[in-house]
Amino acid sequence: MTGMVALYIFMLAAFTGYEVISRVPVILHTPLMSGSNFVHGIVLVGAMVALGSAVTPLEKVIGFIGVLLAAGNAVGGYVVTERMLEMFKASGSRARKGTH
Amino acid sequence: MPGWFSASLAIQASYFVTAVLFIMGLKRMSSPVTARSGILWAGAGMGVATLVTFLYPGMSNYGLILPAMLVGAALAWWSGKRVAMTDMPQMIALYNGMGGGAAAAIAAVELYRGGAGGYVTGSLAVLGGIIGAISFSGSAIAFGKLQGLITRSIRFGGQQIVNLLLLAAALVLGALVASHMNAGAGVVTGFFVLALVLGVTMTLPIGGADMPVVISLYNALTGLAVGLEGFALDNAAMIIAGTVVGSAGTLLTQLMARAMNRSLGNVLFSGFGDTGGEATGAVTGSLKPIEAADVGVMLAFASKVIVVPGYGMAVAQAQHKIWELCQLLIDRGVNVRFAIHPVAGRMPGHMNVLLAEAGVPYDLISDLDEINAEFETADVALIIGANDVVNPVARTDKSSPIYGMPILNADKAKNVIVIKRGRGAGFSGIENALFYLDNTRMLYGDAQKAGAELIAAVKAVG
Repeated sequence: MTGMVALYIFMLAAFTGYEVISRVPVILHTPLMSGSNFVHGIVLVGAMVALGSAVTPLEKVIGFIGVLLAAGNAVGGYVVTERMLEMFKASGSRARKGTH
Repeated sequence: MPGWFSASLAIQASYFVTAVLFIMGLKRMSSPVTARSGILWAGAGMGVATLVTFLYPGMSNYGLILPAMLVGAALAWWSGKRVAMTDMPQMIALYNGMGGGAAAAIAAVELYRGGAGGYVTGSLAVLGGIIGAISFSGSAIAFGKLQGLITRSIRFGGQQIVNLLLLAAALVLGALVASHMNAGAGVVTGFFVLALVLGVTMTLPIGGADMPVVISLYNALTGLAVGLEGFALDNAAMIIAGTVVGSAGTLLTQLMARAMNRSLGNVLFSGFGDTGGEATGAVTGSLKPIEAADVGVMLAFASKVIVVPGYGMAVAQAQHKIWELCQLLIDRGVNVRFAIHPVAGRMPGHMNVLLAEAGVPYDLISDLDEINAEFETADVALIIGANDVVNPVARTDKSSPIYGMPILNADKAKNVIVIKRGRGAGFSGIENALFYLDNTRMLYGDAQKAGAELIAAVKAVG
């Protein structure tokens, strides 16, 4: 990836993030923060590559910690977001039932 | 296999699909109707990206990668499943810190190796490393504060200058590392130690009330660090996901700070947030206690009741009892509404999550803007463990630290009942003028216990 293309990707991704969140009702702020916390768990793939290419013992130890932390970020982020949104689904269906 | 196919192409195509799934997932998470499917989309994207990364050319150490993944995933799964809803904010802080730590670890592996790339790649790795390390140690402190492990906010004179010096020193070492001059392992180690210490010293003086903003900020920083490491590793999925989270998180942080009528700089550098101590503006009048039985009668014969929940309800896990009480009132024909302040609890939307857990339907829950005009027509405003968000001082007293913060106009209701554990001031340390008004009565006790008493009292009315 050349430098300028990378810069364009950075700019477009930044606008995307801004737009996606700008029309969010307050009630979804915490779940959405949790959801975006899950999304940066993608650091797991970088940590896997870093550990996968580690040679010295020091690199291996740091890489191991990196993968462990990243897996925790991804899985933990998913579990808590899913639990929060589960409740929204339940209350949403109850609310709909009430209006019929 | 056809000639055009390669592991590299499969990886790039999968990362593209992952980026699309992440963005679509976040988009779906921003509407209540589709929110639940949003996390499934994003989860699918993560699964695809993780699996395909095993095909990465030149990968080895699978014997280390798999155990690390399994241990990290198992610990997070176990803790994420068993944490109470009230403790969600600190869990998000914890998982976020882990992501920041992972980004810093990627940078560390690259930098100890001696930086294979050029100056640009090296600089990006260094920048991602310092941000990730700050997010890691800072989030750990935020977790400790919200979990009650760290109860004091440590402040000393010249703290900001010390932080600035730490930052400057870390950047100098980082520049040395990135420019390949003199970049021995000792310099790299010094760089990371300074960054970690900076995260601690930046977060320690910030009070508990400001932690939601701080967690949101570290969430954005981790996203940025992941994006920067993505550039260093030439990994498109990390670049896009990290940058999207970085900008979305920055916007969310601004929204939160604005709701508290604070600027971000104010939150980070003023050291306000849990002591305050010196009560500003003398409050006249006295606190007038009331018995649960009297409140029960008042509620049962009201035509309109507005419930204002706050952190006290969350701490006492009282949302189920409160909803049970409200259902009794609704059955009696009382118009019951819930008024949510944007920063009630420890995070925006914290109260909504708790009320949703208890089964309160959406249409009974209103934002500050929607409900504020209605307090004047309410017979009872029932304040459950909320404090600063209903303090009328924010409208009147220019010298108050919370002056100008939008508040719920609970003081305009005909009667105000405050359920509160004790006589202490709110998180900001400011006396609440609402509690001293003529139309206010205090019902002392834990919100859970008070809720049960009120249920019994309303039932006794018959």
